[in-house]
Amino acid sequence: MRALDIEGLDVDLGGRPVLRDIRLHLDRGELVGLLGPNGAGKTTLLRAVLALTRTRGGTVTVEGKPSRPGRSEIGYVPQRHEFTWDFPISVEQAVMSGRTGRIRLLRRPGVADWRAVGDALDRVQLTGLRRRPVGELSGGQRQRVLVARALALAPRILLLDEPFTGLDMPTQELLGDLFTSLAAEDRAVLMTTHDLVAAVDSCTRLVLLNGRIIADGQPADLQDAELWTKTFGVSETSPLLKLVRAT
Amino acid sequence: MSITDFLTDLLNPDLAFLPKALAIAVMSSIVCGVVGCYVVLRGMAFIGDAVAHAVFPGIAVAFVLQGSLVLGGAVAGVATALLIAIFSQNRRVKEDSIIGVFLVGAFALGIVTISQAPGYAGSLQQFLFGSITGIPDRDLYVVGGTGLVILGLVLALHKEFVAVCLDREMSRSMGLSVFWLDIVLYVLVTLAVVISLQTIGNILVLALLITPAAAARLLTDRLGVMMLLAPLIGGVAATVGLYLSWSYDTPVGGTIVLVATAVFLAAWLFAPRHGLLTRRWRRPGGQELGGDVHPSPRPALSQAK
Repeated sequence: MRALDIEGLDVDLGGRPVLRDIRLHLDRGELVGLLGPNGAGKTTLLRAVLALTRTRGGTVTVEGKPSRPGRSEIGYVPQRHEFTWDFPISVEQAVMSGRTGRIRLLRRPGVADWRAVGDALDRVQLTGLRRRPVGELSGGQRQRVLVARALALAPRILLLDEPFTGLDMPTQELLGDLFTSLAAEDRAVLMTTHDLVAAVDSCTRLVLLNGRIIADGQPADLQDAELWTKTFGVSETSPLLKLVRAT
Repeated sequence: MSITDFLTDLLNPDLAFLPKALAIAVMSSIVCGVVGCYVVLRGMAFIGDAVAHAVFPGIAVAFVLQGSLVLGGAVAGVATALLIAIFSQNRRVKEDSIIGVFLVGAFALGIVTISQAPGYAGSLQQFLFGSITGIPDRDLYVVGGTGLVILGLVLALHKEFVAVCLDREMSRSMGLSVFWLDIVLYVLVTLAVVISLQTIGNILVLALLITPAAAARLLTDRLGVMMLLAPLIGGVAATVGLYLSWSYDTPVGGTIVLVATAVFLAAWLFAPRHGLLTRRWRRPGGQELGGDVHPSPRPALSQAK
């Protein structure tokens, strides 16, 4: 059974086509980078996988079942600016908020919840900062808080939206290592990114998206300049292509 | 007037309205302090203002019909909160514009309605600026009961409200009903505003919601502490404000709000970690930002900063 199976997915936003005929499969152990320009539909694709956006056609199957909010085994790491960082809350409480949907109404977090939060913090190496207010964290630490919040549900699938944006190279590298090892622990990881270098470096597979899937393969197989010009709408002399050839 | 005189007046049976006013002012500032924490943290101050104005037509109708002002205000406020929540689903006009439209619309409706009542000028002033006299006993129970219901709902839905405040998208993906949680929060804000109208008045009621919570936010980085401090600040401001108002014969709503504002300014200047003066005094020693900001227990990750 595949971790994630998208078949013939069409999505419209405000009456305009955003995604057409998306066919994408993920197995556990894979770290897949979703690359594309702004407006290519990367975030929309993630939202469709989470069943947060209405689809026009096609199916999204997660671990053999149709995706539903709150029911599927998906850990979601939205873009960093989606989170209210000036909220007076500690790192461990922020991670616990990821389990809100699991804890029943009127109930407080129990032993199992705290254990899951502790494991997630250990996994992203934030245990030493667990009592710190989230507003005092650096960009890389914030990204790890969001990853830990997703991991607190012990998901089989992890969706990451632009995890590298606005971070310096050493931080990107560390996060890349973290994502690689999370995938190696029998999870399927799908991440959108603008960062070609980080993606080529850490991903087992790259998917080029611009409304449709332009290419899907291992980084080494995507040397063809035409695929990149088609995805990003850049000219043959773009620095992007030099980067592709160099990697 | 000394504090002893104030206490004597509070116990004087001829001045029975005074302890009633104090009870209502303290109860409503406690409730507003708690609810106000969400309002401040979510940046919903404008919604609070809108709801405060929106209850006006309900109060006007209740006044004309000689019904319960609290009930009339609650119905109008909740109706407006629902309208705002529904209309803001259409993203073509931004939420703050929707709020603006309904805020003035409701207030205008209130003014037109109350002008139909004979002798409206005096009652208008009472609605706008608050009053401590003429509170019926029934209102004491209504305010107390409503306050308990509000606090109970806050306690019950706290973790859901926090999740939605933190990250709406993530909350949706967890299967929380963000739309309904928003509506419940709007309704709680409305009810908190309505029960506070009597003493504080329509124009100033926003202060009870925002000022204590904002002052508490300056004093702490922990949500639990903030939600205890805010009602405490509100309750103290209400008591001190009523005392000053009684002593110097100043309008009660305005005096309470001024006391709360003074607490906010003091917090802004002297808060232990983030106060303006506290920071300045501490700077000569100035190591606060050093080694403490990124201490990760594991060297591999702390190198990354």
